[in-house]
Amino acid sequence: MSDLKKHIVSGFDRDLEGIQAQIMKMGGLVEAAIRDGARSLETRDEELAQQVRTGDTAIDQLEELINEEAARVIALRAPTASDLRVVLSVLRMSANLERMGDLAKNMAKRTGVLVQLQPIEGSAASLRRVAREVELMLKDALDAYIQRDAELARDVIERDRDVDQMYNTVFREFLTFMLEDPRNITACMHLHFIAKNLERMGDHVTSIAEQVVFLVTGAYPDEDRPKADMTSTDTRYSPQSAEED
Amino acid sequence: MYDADQNRTERKVGQKDIKITARDVQVYYGTNHAIKDVSVEIEDKTVTAFIGPSGCGKSTFLRCLNRMNDTIDICRVEGNIAIDGEDIYDRRVDPVQLRAKVGMVFQKPNPFPKSIYDNVAYGPKIHGLAKNKSELDDIVERALRRGAIWDEVKDRLQAPGTGLSGGQQQRLCIARAVATEPEVLLMDEPCSALDPIATGQVEELIDELKQNYSVVIVTHSMQQAARVSQKTAFFHLGNLVEYDDTEKIFTNPQDSRTESYITGRIG
Repeated sequence: MSDLKKHIVSGFDRDLEGIQAQIMKMGGLVEAAIRDGARSLETRDEELAQQVRTGDTAIDQLEELINEEAARVIALRAPTASDLRVVLSVLRMSANLERMGDLAKNMAKRTGVLVQLQPIEGSAASLRRVAREVELMLKDALDAYIQRDAELARDVIERDRDVDQMYNTVFREFLTFMLEDPRNITACMHLHFIAKNLERMGDHVTSIAEQVVFLVTGAYPDEDRPKADMTSTDTRYSPQSAEED
Repeated sequence: MYDADQNRTERKVGQKDIKITARDVQVYYGTNHAIKDVSVEIEDKTVTAFIGPSGCGKSTFLRCLNRMNDTIDICRVEGNIAIDGEDIYDRRVDPVQLRAKVGMVFQKPNPFPKSIYDNVAYGPKIHGLAKNKSELDDIVERALRRGAIWDEVKDRLQAPGTGLSGGQQQRLCIARAVATEPEVLLMDEPCSALDPIATGQVEELIDELKQNYSVVIVTHSMQQAARVSQKTAFFHLGNLVEYDDTEKIFTNPQDSRTESYITGRIG
């Protein structure tokens, strides 16, 4: 995984490789949860949504395992320099992935409600696009981790802006649907929470990508993260403004 | 602390002056080039750690700082080493006087086969630091206090120093080294023969000593270097590879050789 030589104490290498393998496994499970969560929403597949909900337990267990392993490595191996950065980044990444798992689970919970409601035209496709972008960002962030590729990680950080912009768009879309017909409100509120969950996942992926930059360079990227979620500060995202359009 | 100490030193606090400057130092043992082009500035009132694998030259370089290498016939030192701007290899410098100013503590505690009192009083006596017995008593007490061993030995100052435990012997040797009021204290693996408790006591002592002295410590324990020092120098094959803040060396070293060494990889 690293271009550094092996440790003299080979058990140290095994420990570090072990926790990194766990984090990759966890990342894979979260990727699948996002993909299946979005698909279950699009195809109104309650069974798949149920799988996503129960699958979160495995993600939580992995987080616990990784935290225990990381604590053990710190206590027994006293890691320094790049070894220390591996352990620190793994700890933070596992927290990010665990939160992403929760958000995917929440998405699947809402899918369970949504399948019982009148579908909102076009909403599933919009959310699928956001979900696909987040999933791809996560895949690239994990690849960047494996390959110790700070450039790819920086690219992922940049792409969070796209997710934010997609979220802005669906936010306005749902607002319009709700204004058109109050009977859409329940479904649109759920859809909006799903969109917000995906937008939050993008932030967590960004944090993972920042860990990769830290791991490779020893410093966090200093420029402010691109922020394009305008819904909380811009009045264009209020009902009155949507009505005028 | 205690009054005498405060009177003795009115040095400014919080200001890191350069205490030792080494320029292009080369050391040869016969034809063996042991130290290659080492230039370094060591700060006052700071603990500086020298780390590196066996045979990397860290002890050799340490011994240049008080001319201990003079005692080795085949050893030749080139370049310039100055303490407070004064060239210590200048012909007019008396190595014995220099070593009073630059104290040294060794790997193995080596108390003289004399009483605890005499161990500490020896240096001040030969350097004529005390006018009478009561002044000498004060110096001995002060040094033993600074060596963090006074409370343990005050009631048996006439007992032999060799009868103390290993950790106590080492602190006695530190007390002996500070008794001549040195400005620099060199420590060559001072804890390698001590148990963790005695090591902790010596490390605590080193931390206190840095208020008054420039401390340079050679250690094989990277964790010890990380714990006690503010600056760390990494030596490898006679070269000074990297010299920086200890925190930097242990979190994000710039040279891959430093990284390999401190993370326990084959260098």
